[in-house]
Amino acid sequence: MGCVNASPTSVRPSSAPPLVRWRNGRFVAGVAGGVADHLGVPVLWVRVAFAALAVVNGAGIAAYGLLWMFVRQEQDDVERELSPVERQQAFGLAALGIAVAFAGSAIGSPIVGWVVGPLGVAAIGAAVVWREADESQRRRWTEGALQTSRSTKLRVIAGALFVAVGITVFLLANLELGQLQFAVLAVVSTLAGVAVITVPWWLRLVRDLGEERRERIIEAERAEIAAHLHDSVLQTLALIQRQADQPREVVRLARGQERELRAWLYGPTGYGRRGGGDPALESGFTEALTKAAAEVEDTYAMDVRPVVVGSDRPLDDGLRALLLAAREAMVNAAKHSGAAEISVFAEIEPAEVNVFVRDRGVGFDPAAVPEDRHGLAESVRGRMERHGGTVRLRTAPGEGTEVHLRMPVEEKPDEEESP
Amino acid sequence: MTESANGEQDTRIGVFLVDDHGLFRAGVRAELERAVPDVEVVGEAGSVEEAVAGIRHLRPDVVLLDVHMPDGGGAEVLRRIRPELPDVVFLALSVSDAAEDVIAVIRAGARGYVTKTISGRELADAVRRVHTGDAVFSPRLAGFVLDAFSDRPGAAPHSDPELDMLTPRERDVLRLLARGYAYKEIAGELFISVKTVETHVSSVLRKTQMSNRYELSRWASDRRLV
Repeated sequence: MGCVNASPTSVRPSSAPPLVRWRNGRFVAGVAGGVADHLGVPVLWVRVAFAALAVVNGAGIAAYGLLWMFVRQEQDDVERELSPVERQQAFGLAALGIAVAFAGSAIGSPIVGWVVGPLGVAAIGAAVVWREADESQRRRWTEGALQTSRSTKLRVIAGALFVAVGITVFLLANLELGQLQFAVLAVVSTLAGVAVITVPWWLRLVRDLGEERRERIIEAERAEIAAHLHDSVLQTLALIQRQADQPREVVRLARGQERELRAWLYGPTGYGRRGGGDPALESGFTEALTKAAAEVEDTYAMDVRPVVVGSDRPLDDGLRALLLAAREAMVNAAKHSGAAEISVFAEIEPAEVNVFVRDRGVGFDPAAVPEDRHGLAESVRGRMERHGGTVRLRTAPGEGTEVHLRMPVEEKPDEEESP
Repeated sequence: MTESANGEQDTRIGVFLVDDHGLFRAGVRAELERAVPDVEVVGEAGSVEEAVAGIRHLRPDVVLLDVHMPDGGGAEVLRRIRPELPDVVFLALSVSDAAEDVIAVIRAGARGYVTKTISGRELADAVRRVHTGDAVFSPRLAGFVLDAFSDRPGAAPHSDPELDMLTPRERDVLRLLARGYAYKEIAGELFISVKTVETHVSSVLRKTQMSNRYELSRWASDRRLV
C-alpha cells in the first residue's frame, strides 16, 4: 500500500533521459536537441557534429534523417525558446552541412553534378512526406482525431513522384542499359522509392497504436481495481463505522475483509496471479482448505491461519473427505478449546496429504469423552477411515489439542507436475 | 538514545520503526511501550531516506522494517545500510503474504518476517528473539521456505548441495514451525535441545539467504534483488 509510483521515470532516476525529438525550440526536426538532452551536452555541439559528419559522404545528413525517421517526438510540451542567434547558427550549420556534403562528393566524382541534382530532388520529396507524417501525428495528439485531408494525400503523392522521378533520372543518366532492362529498373526503383517514403509513416502508425492500446489496458485495470475496492473495502469500512460499538463484530468484519482482499491480491487465482494460475486447480485442495478455514473463522470469530505446502491437486473423493474432516477438527477446536487461534498446516506430498489442526486451548482426556459425543469419532475418524486415511489425536488436559489427518493419494503422472 | 554508553547496564532493546504509514507506526509504538518494559522505541522513519539517515545516526539494536514503501521499500533500506552497519538486526513487518515479498526481504538480509496482524506481545517476543541472534520464522514463512526447497520433479539441479538442500532435520523443524509449534515444543517433540532448534533455524535462514536455487533466485530476481 502507498507504494504507487507517480511516474515510470521515477523508477530509474539515475539513467539518462530517453532519446526523443524536441517538439518546441527546434530548428529542423528537433533531432539535435533530443540527442543533446540524451547525451547531456550543449545542443550546439551536436549540430556542429552533424555538420562536420556531412563531409564524410554526407553521413551526418544520413544520420540526421535516420534519427528523424526512427526517434519519436517527445509527448510533453516542454517550454523552449529558439533565440534568433541560435536560429541563425543552426541555419548556418545546416546549410554548411549540406554544402560540404555536396562539395565532398563533387570533388570525389566527375559525374557528381548528375547525381547531386536528382538525388536532391528525391531527398526533398522524401522530406516532404516525412514532415507530413510528423504533422498528422501531432494533430492526433492535439485533436485526438486523424483527418486525412486532400492536401495530405497530395503531398504524399507528390513526394512519391519526386522520388520516382529522381531515381529515374539518376538511372537514365548513369547507366547504359537496354530499353527493357531500363523500363523494369525504373518501375522497380519507383516502387522501392514509394516503399521507402511510406516506411516512417507506417512505423509511426504502429507505434501510436501500441501506445494507445497500452493506455487503454492501464485504464481498464484502474477501473477494475476501483470497482473492486468500492464493492469490498469501502462497503466493509462503512459497516465497521456503523457497528463501532461492537468490537467482536468489527474484528470479524475486518478479518473477513482482509482475507478477501488478500485472496484477491495474492491468491492462486487472484488479481496478482492472473494468467499464471492453472484453471483446473481453481477448486483445488489449497483453495478449498483456505475457504474452510475462512468459514470457521467467520462463524466462530477466531483466528484460523492455514499454511499449505506443496503443489496443489484437484479435489478427489479422498481429498474431499480429508477436507471435511479437517473442517470438523477446526470447528471442534473453535467450539471447545477456548484458544484464540488455530494453526492449520497442510503438506501435499506426491503420495499422501497431511493436515495438522492445532490449538493451544484447554485440551481434554480422550478416554473421558462420553459415548454420545459423535463429533470427532464419527465425522472425523469415520470419514477418514472409509477412504483409507488415518487420524492421530494428541491431547491432554491443559496441553492443547492437535489432530493429525493423513490421506494417501494416487501419484500424479509427471507431465501434470510442471508448474 | 540508547544508554549503552554510560556504565550502567542497559538491557532495553532499542527499536527503530520504518513504515510509510504514520498511523501504523504510532500503533506499534504504543503497543510496544505499553506492553513490554524491555523494548524501547528509539526512533521512526516514514521513507527510505529517513530510515537510512535515522538508523545511521541512532544505531538501534533492532529495526522493524515495512516491506512496501515508495522508492524501494524495506529491501532498499537493507541494501543501503546493512553493509555499513552489520550489527543492526532487521525484522520485516508487512501486510503482504505474497511469497516473493517474504523471500525477497529475507534474501536482502532480514532475520525474520512477521505480518502486521501480530499482537504486541508476540511482536516484542520476535524482537527479543532476533536481538539475541535467532531467526524468526512465522508458520507462513516456514511454509514458504519448505516449498522453495522442495524437490518437485522438474526443479533445477542443485549447484551447491551444501546450500541448496535442507537436511531432513531442518525439514522436520520447519514442518513443526509451520504447524505452530514454539521452539520449546519443537525441542520436546524431536528430543533435541532448544539451542539445537535455534541452530537449525539459523542454518535454514542462512540457506534461504545464500542459496542460488532456482525458485529462490527467481523470486528475488523478479524483485530485482540479484
